[in-house]
Amino acid sequence: MSRAAGTEQDAATPTLRPVRLPRRWLFGSLAVLVAAVLLGLTVGPAGLPLRGVVTEIVNLVPGIDLAGGLDDREAAVLWQLRAPRVVLGLLVGAMLALAGAGYQGVFRNPLADPYLLGVAAGAGLGATFAIVSGGNRLLVPLAAFTGGVLGVAATYALGRSVGGRSTNSLILAGVAVAAFLTSVQTYVNQRNSDSLREVYGWILGRLLTAGWDEVLAVLPYIAVSAVVILAHRRLLDVLSVGPDEAGTLGVPAARVRLTVVLAATLGTAAAVSVSGLIGFVGIVVPHIVRMLAGSSYRVVLPLAAAVGATFLVVADLVARTVVSPGELPVGVVTAFVGAPFFTLVLRSARRTW
Amino acid sequence: MTALTADRVGVTLLERRVVDDVSLTVPAGTWVTLVGPNGAGKSTLLRAVSGAVEHAGTIAFDGVEVARLRSRERARLVAVVPQDPARPDGMTVLDYVLLGRTPYVPYLGTESAEDLAVAGELLDTLELRSLSGRLVTELSGGEFQRAVLARALAQQAPVLLLDEPTSSLDLGHAQQVLELVDELRASRGLTVVSALHDLTTAGQFADHLVLLVGGRVVAQGSAQEVLTEELIREHYGARVRVVTDPQGGVVVVPLRSRPARGQEGVA
Repeated sequence: MSRAAGTEQDAATPTLRPVRLPRRWLFGSLAVLVAAVLLGLTVGPAGLPLRGVVTEIVNLVPGIDLAGGLDDREAAVLWQLRAPRVVLGLLVGAMLALAGAGYQGVFRNPLADPYLLGVAAGAGLGATFAIVSGGNRLLVPLAAFTGGVLGVAATYALGRSVGGRSTNSLILAGVAVAAFLTSVQTYVNQRNSDSLREVYGWILGRLLTAGWDEVLAVLPYIAVSAVVILAHRRLLDVLSVGPDEAGTLGVPAARVRLTVVLAATLGTAAAVSVSGLIGFVGIVVPHIVRMLAGSSYRVVLPLAAAVGATFLVVADLVARTVVSPGELPVGVVTAFVGAPFFTLVLRSARRTW
Repeated sequence: MTALTADRVGVTLLERRVVDDVSLTVPAGTWVTLVGPNGAGKSTLLRAVSGAVEHAGTIAFDGVEVARLRSRERARLVAVVPQDPARPDGMTVLDYVLLGRTPYVPYLGTESAEDLAVAGELLDTLELRSLSGRLVTELSGGEFQRAVLARALAQQAPVLLLDEPTSSLDLGHAQQVLELVDELRASRGLTVVSALHDLTTAGQFADHLVLLVGGRVVAQGSAQEVLTEELIREHYGARVRVVTDPQGGVVVVPLRSRPARGQEGVA
């Protein structure tokens, strides 16, 4: 098209390549994910042979029935213990990373995540009430879910009332809401010290008791939430110029923001309600992806889902092997890795945000 | 044909009347420039036209009221070059220009080949093709201003709003950008409404000047009618000499009330 492009100028007139997910990163991250899943399925107190595990998985395909699978006891360990735990780790890790990236996109702030917006604190308080009330343990996820939604709603309302649509006022409102909810939760715990251990076990996060019931319970919420967030990947890129400019480009910024926040909160609350509070995935994973593969949300969102899933499966693997035969809460592992990383994010974030 | 009309437009921000009872008519294909001292309401009036702030009265494009339009429809009618555009992290020039295609991309969809073709043509027009893969955060002020203009033109809107498009540019680059806008206006039949600080430049590039003070229109007309020594003294509190350029333009020269120190000694 450019007539000025002479032969010696070809290097200066590159073909136009709009941003898209680089194949090498897509396939690379999927390969690592598969490796992490196989590791998660085979390693544990009862080690399973890799070959047998792969055979069992291949045999899931209808019409295929290879020999060389696991014996009955091993198959039970694989399908009743390991697989639901690994699948739940995949779902929760992918969801937390997607939600974190989504929050960061709408609030244009790399520190935005479920923890800073009051979602996690609300979920924690909801779970605490459910546990200390001594009712049916199956109500804990529901209570956590309700608390998470109320937490982000309180943050949103407070942020709007003090600072209009500004991002900083929202984040600060989240800090205030989280501090308040946490203090209420501490008070409730002090009054009910007999259930303290159980509450903290939940708060620190565990995939220990995960079964297929939990997987099925959260799958619809996480699926809807992930699809909504991923579908907004280009609009999140448009929002990176700010709500006013996005508005002149034809994007109703407030509506996009609300949609993504609701989806991310729904997914987070669902994830947290079965896994407990698992910190830093939402900050660390999107940031790693940005450093490696670029900052367009068309790249960050799908890769963050894959890397987040990998991260949590590996973290859970560490949590159940490092003090074997005991187990650490997986939230301890993610925080141990995530907290130092968080300071790196702060250092590099100062530049542009 | 009238491209843009504003009828008794008012904007209130934080309980302050920033734009008050402004009525304007901008014929299609012309360039109208808003001038006025700081805080006169120039940017706010432009923001009202682009739908970024709520307003009283009516603003209409070809008879269609802005307030009734959905943001996508509005973005196809009016494109904006903001005063201080954000430079998003990690975004290439091409992707930045493609943001201008947003009103044509389906709500949750992605750019088509046609969108890419439009962006490519603009990259050529604005001599940005060799920079298409560079990050916008790495561009010089002049290069970035061209990218912003390319993004606005990618909206293919008949009306272009420019809010101080040259405030971050040196004299040469400022002139380049404004002449480019003027060429595009002629070749594409654009209607341009701009806010400009520099009165001489405003007089040279506009068909029609509107002097806003305190949110109200105090004078409008040709450069000769608006840029007078009396009006400028009255509304800017500035002592100036207005000189008629041999080619017909108007030059506004600010004057010091006393000669600069040491100037007597310099022959």
